[in-house]
Amino acid sequence: MKRLGFIVNPVAGIGGKVGLKGSDGETILKKALELGAVRESGRKALVTMKLLKEVESELEIYTWPGEMGEDVCREAGLQATVLGEIIKGHTTPEDTIRAAQMMKELKLDLILFVGGDGTARNIMDAVGTEAVVLGIPAGCKIHSGVYALNPKTAGQLMTQFVQGKVRETKLAEVMDIDEEKFREGVVQARLYGYLQIPNETKMVQNLKSGRGFSETVSIEMLSNYVADEMQDDVLYIVGTGSTTASIMKKLNLPNTLLGVDVVYNRQVIASDCTEKELLEIIPRYDKVKIIVTVIGGQGYVFGRGNQQISAEVIKRVGKENIIIAASKNKILSLFGSSLHVDTGNEEVNQMLCGYYRVIVGYGDIMMLPMSD
Amino acid sequence: MSGKQFVHPYIPNSEPVVKKQMLDAVGMESVEEIYKGIPDHLRFKGTMELPDPIISEYTCQRHVEGLLAQNRNAKSNICFLGGGTWNHYVPSVVDTIMERDEFLTCYVGDAYTDHGKFQALFESSSMLADLTGFEACNTPTYDWANAIAIACRMAERTTGRKEILVAGNMDPDRLLVVRNYCKPEMVVNTVAYDKETGLMDLEDLKAKLSDQTACVYFENPIYIGALEVNAAEICSIAKEAGALSMVGVDPTSLGILEAPAAYGADYAVGDLQPLGLHMSYGAGLGGFICTKDEKEFLGEYPSLLFGVCETQQEGEYGFGEVYYERTSYASREKGKDFIGTTTALHGIAAAVYMALMGPQGFKELGEGIVQRVAYVKEELAKIPGITIPVSGYSYCDFMVDFNGTGKTVKEINKALLEYNILGGKDISGIFPEYGQSALYSVTEVHTKEDLQALFDALKAICA
Amino acid sequence: MAKVKVRKNFQQARWNEPMIYELSTPGLRGIIPPIVEDEIEEKVGDVASKLPEGLRRKTSLDLPEVAQKQVLQHYLHLSQETMGANLANDISEGTCTMKYNPRFCETMVANPGFADIHPDQDPDTVQGMLKIYYDFEKVVKEVSGMDKFTLQPGGGNHAVYTAASLIRAYHESRGELEQRNEIITTIFSHPCDAACPATAGFKVITIWPDENGMPDYEAIKAAANEHTAAIFMTNPEDIGIYNVHADKIVEAIHAVGGLCFYDQANANAFLGVARAKEAGFDMCHFNVHKTFGTPHGGEGPACGAFGCKKELAKFLPVPTVEYDGEKYYLDYDKPESIGKVRQYIGQSAVVLKAYTWSMMMGADGLRECAEISVLNNNYMLSLMEKIPGVSHAFQGNGIVRQEQIRYSFQGLREKYDVGSDDMNCRMGDYGIPWFWSSHHPWVIPEPMTLEPCESYTKEDIEEYAKVVEIVAGEAAENPELLKNAPYNTGMHRRIHEEDLDNPDKWAVTWRAYKRKHGVE
Repeated sequence: MKRLGFIVNPVAGIGGKVGLKGSDGETILKKALELGAVRESGRKALVTMKLLKEVESELEIYTWPGEMGEDVCREAGLQATVLGEIIKGHTTPEDTIRAAQMMKELKLDLILFVGGDGTARNIMDAVGTEAVVLGIPAGCKIHSGVYALNPKTAGQLMTQFVQGKVRETKLAEVMDIDEEKFREGVVQARLYGYLQIPNETKMVQNLKSGRGFSETVSIEMLSNYVADEMQDDVLYIVGTGSTTASIMKKLNLPNTLLGVDVVYNRQVIASDCTEKELLEIIPRYDKVKIIVTVIGGQGYVFGRGNQQISAEVIKRVGKENIIIAASKNKILSLFGSSLHVDTGNEEVNQMLCGYYRVIVGYGDIMMLPMSD
Repeated sequence: MSGKQFVHPYIPNSEPVVKKQMLDAVGMESVEEIYKGIPDHLRFKGTMELPDPIISEYTCQRHVEGLLAQNRNAKSNICFLGGGTWNHYVPSVVDTIMERDEFLTCYVGDAYTDHGKFQALFESSSMLADLTGFEACNTPTYDWANAIAIACRMAERTTGRKEILVAGNMDPDRLLVVRNYCKPEMVVNTVAYDKETGLMDLEDLKAKLSDQTACVYFENPIYIGALEVNAAEICSIAKEAGALSMVGVDPTSLGILEAPAAYGADYAVGDLQPLGLHMSYGAGLGGFICTKDEKEFLGEYPSLLFGVCETQQEGEYGFGEVYYERTSYASREKGKDFIGTTTALHGIAAAVYMALMGPQGFKELGEGIVQRVAYVKEELAKIPGITIPVSGYSYCDFMVDFNGTGKTVKEINKALLEYNILGGKDISGIFPEYGQSALYSVTEVHTKEDLQALFDALKAICA
Repeated sequence: MAKVKVRKNFQQARWNEPMIYELSTPGLRGIIPPIVEDEIEEKVGDVASKLPEGLRRKTSLDLPEVAQKQVLQHYLHLSQETMGANLANDISEGTCTMKYNPRFCETMVANPGFADIHPDQDPDTVQGMLKIYYDFEKVVKEVSGMDKFTLQPGGGNHAVYTAASLIRAYHESRGELEQRNEIITTIFSHPCDAACPATAGFKVITIWPDENGMPDYEAIKAAANEHTAAIFMTNPEDIGIYNVHADKIVEAIHAVGGLCFYDQANANAFLGVARAKEAGFDMCHFNVHKTFGTPHGGEGPACGAFGCKKELAKFLPVPTVEYDGEKYYLDYDKPESIGKVRQYIGQSAVVLKAYTWSMMMGADGLRECAEISVLNNNYMLSLMEKIPGVSHAFQGNGIVRQEQIRYSFQGLREKYDVGSDDMNCRMGDYGIPWFWSSHHPWVIPEPMTLEPCESYTKEDIEEYAKVVEIVAGEAAENPELLKNAPYNTGMHRRIHEEDLDNPDKWAVTWRAYKRKHGVE
């Protein structure tokens, strides 16, 4: 029996079809509705919930009233316990946060939510990495890695989860898009944080050569490797991200998930540093290296969540002292394209272009191009 | 292509009309257009210096048979060689199954179209597990030597320790394979043995065991021709030191000898060859590794493991690959192995053999062999100049000491050829402490007349 | 002209065969071993009962007890539920080179002059066998241009591992092993090109392809430095594109002091056309059981012929086969040898069959194999290109493919949510063997790698493409049909595959199965 939470952001993706990007903000929402936009997210969610009907007997569903989940459940023919209260037609991000918080307190097995990047951020604010969640995509610009590919695959993954076929979880990125800039046609996503989602490790029979490793093992192995290869009397600037967090864990060191920490001889000497603090620390050491991972779906090494490691910091440390580590699956998802860098400084971006050794496992390295 | 007048029976599309149709379909004049992308300086411009092709099958048969006729074989000679490849009887049913194109020419298909192969290999693993007393067994590796080597690395991963202790009198060729495979991280050291009994020196074992020992390996039967009487004790001594124990066995001996799992071994390894495979100049090998069905052990197999799986058809035995993702107990993924094409077909041969023999067959086989071996040792010891240097009972293989004859093993073996006898393996270079000794092997294929022929020949030669 | 016929009503044998244990009745026998003669029995008595107590078997030996006909019948049934390449349209198993395995070669290994010779026999008594080894070595030397070979490795991976061991020994002899702890390989190379050196203790640097599908030369140059021990590369790679930069890459690696190993698993296209030598490689290997026509055995036995330049020959495993002008002998006198990778001198049956096949082919025949393979493949492509939903790796890059191609069903996945495995299962219902998808990782999504080598007819190729077309069409009409396929093969679609991952449920032996699933 699995206890499932279900939250719908009824206004997610509402702007898309009428040519508006995103739907955050009351003004935009009002404008969209004036233009005749229809609330789409409920319909998308229905696809997923109908698939769950088949495993209904193994499910206990908890949801929020009306357009925030109750309606979809009813339409899908699913029994659900309705929690909380809303003002119909005037739901806000706070409602999403309240719903997720209550579901976290109920210690549900998984919280399924429908929405876009904004919704993902709301869920994250509410539960952090303390609950397992999964997103059904219904926004029109999804950069966060917490979403299934589409409502149908969400349903398939959920079915497998309910049947106990998917047991692993992994950390997925929640991205923060600058909405204003986006409406001007500029995509600038920043790492906002992480959510824990089910990790489907597809068992592909491969009888001639074995198989690849899962995310967890890849990160385990590369963390061991980076930790083993760390040298004495070298200052390490450790960037943001769950992969670098894993490395710090291997070293038994405290870590700021969304901040930059500095390590020397296996001790943390400064946490959650600003650019200024980094620039002050660096000159005190002969040898300095940077350890970073890859953020976001486009493979950004600098510029999407570790702004503290600025162009200036990078210039002082030097291109040859940059260590990049990321899970094999992450790197393979970039196959066909390259790593990217956006420090905000053209010159430094140019300098950073070229080939890099990316650590993806123990003694396992992939050679990737970096472009700006 | 030079002007060949015929279409090769194995290359149907070389038929000119067909070839032209295909070239037309791809819009090319000749195959050269496919190769045109290869830079000129990378092209091979010469001709391969090979003999003219023997295009008639009959002519080729005469040629190859002519070469094979130059080999002295165990059908027209009495062969007393063993030690890793043995001369056992191969039942006709085994040959029949081995010759079938289905098993012979399939490869890596999934169980949907190759269901039979999966079931046959599953049964093979099952029966090997019965013999050794375990519940997990791999799909075969290259040979016994590689089985030991792979199991050593499995032990390393399970325990996190990097030292292997092996019996000092294990087969030296197997030891060479193990040493190479254990590099660079693992250290292989040998444990002393008693010259007269062949048994492992338990004091030396205890002295060499440390908290870095992953595994202790010994063979039973012992290569130089004894039975490891202290098997259980070796396993328990290893266990006390926190090490695992591994025994190399002759699977055909397990009808009468105790199952390794029962006396405390953690792994049993060995060769499939004596289970229905012709000697074939060392081709008939296959390595098995049996161990416990616990994730600390089974999870470390690098090889494919075939397990039972349900299918949409109720009651059908489906198969799939059992996969347990290692979560790095040893926290280091160095010593990661590789898997590839090994000796699957031999696993199937072994399955057929084991099914034919059954428990009664193995019991009678083993009983008969130890009887014949005891008899031969007794009779040989009567010949002046010949002694049996290692005491105790033997299974198939045993050492014969010719030092008293004043002749070298080389000379004696050469002389034995006159009698159409292939004498035992010359050990003088391998275990010099035994001087001019040879490793002889007697199995169920040796009749009393065969054995008498040996006694008579040796009597004459050594006089 | 032969006809092209798709097997619309194909039905593979499906015997619903019990486990051999379920055929067991106590007391039955399949064969009786030779009985010890009375004289011997009288002289020594029951020796087994005199063995030391602790050694005697007390554990019940629960092997099945089955009469002979029933054993034969059982395994004949299982055989029928298996699709060997000799009886099926095995264009399916790309990279495996599933050519015809001549029955004639099987006849040769059954000859007592081979089957009944012991590997420890004095070389003087097996001159015919040693000549066969020596002469087959000549074949692979001619094909590759290398100076010396060993036939000891038991398969392709094993040969690659031998290469890694050799590279380790080479650098160690020059005192550079500690410094040279990295090797370079590519993502489309066989995984063993990474796994084998890793096993031998090296770090692995993997290179991605450039926009044409060839290993990125610039990346290789960037990766090569004083830590480089060697590069391990396949050419052409499994996607079938010949790497025109091969010699430049070799130069770049040599320039930093590394060695170059050429994985020639995909050699079939280039016999007599292009060699390891001209590209400058130091070592190479062949999958004898692929290129040289010996059977695959359901994954072995096999042979990996490993060759090298004469400067490296001293590191080869012992013994090597030599000829002194009068007779053949085994040379164990190699103090710098890596030791051994397998017992005895090699997979002799595979060597004998490969020798026989090579003698029948000759230089012209080998060349013909290569030419027809690449022609077959291009013909196949011309048919496959027309099928909607089917694409291939690096499509449209203008480069002619060689002997194999990696196709992709990504188009079908996007439209009908049907993938590689679904296509594979359904194609089995038309009598097509399970196709080879791709090595991990599946960077080409929903892959299928095909290799119509020289044994297949034009009609085989057309039948194959027709089946793909039909099944792709079924995907559009009725994806569920594919998702629950196959229906007409030896086994139905697996369910509850997660049990194979679960220590409480998995069973690799009958004993474990009985215990965990409550069977008596």
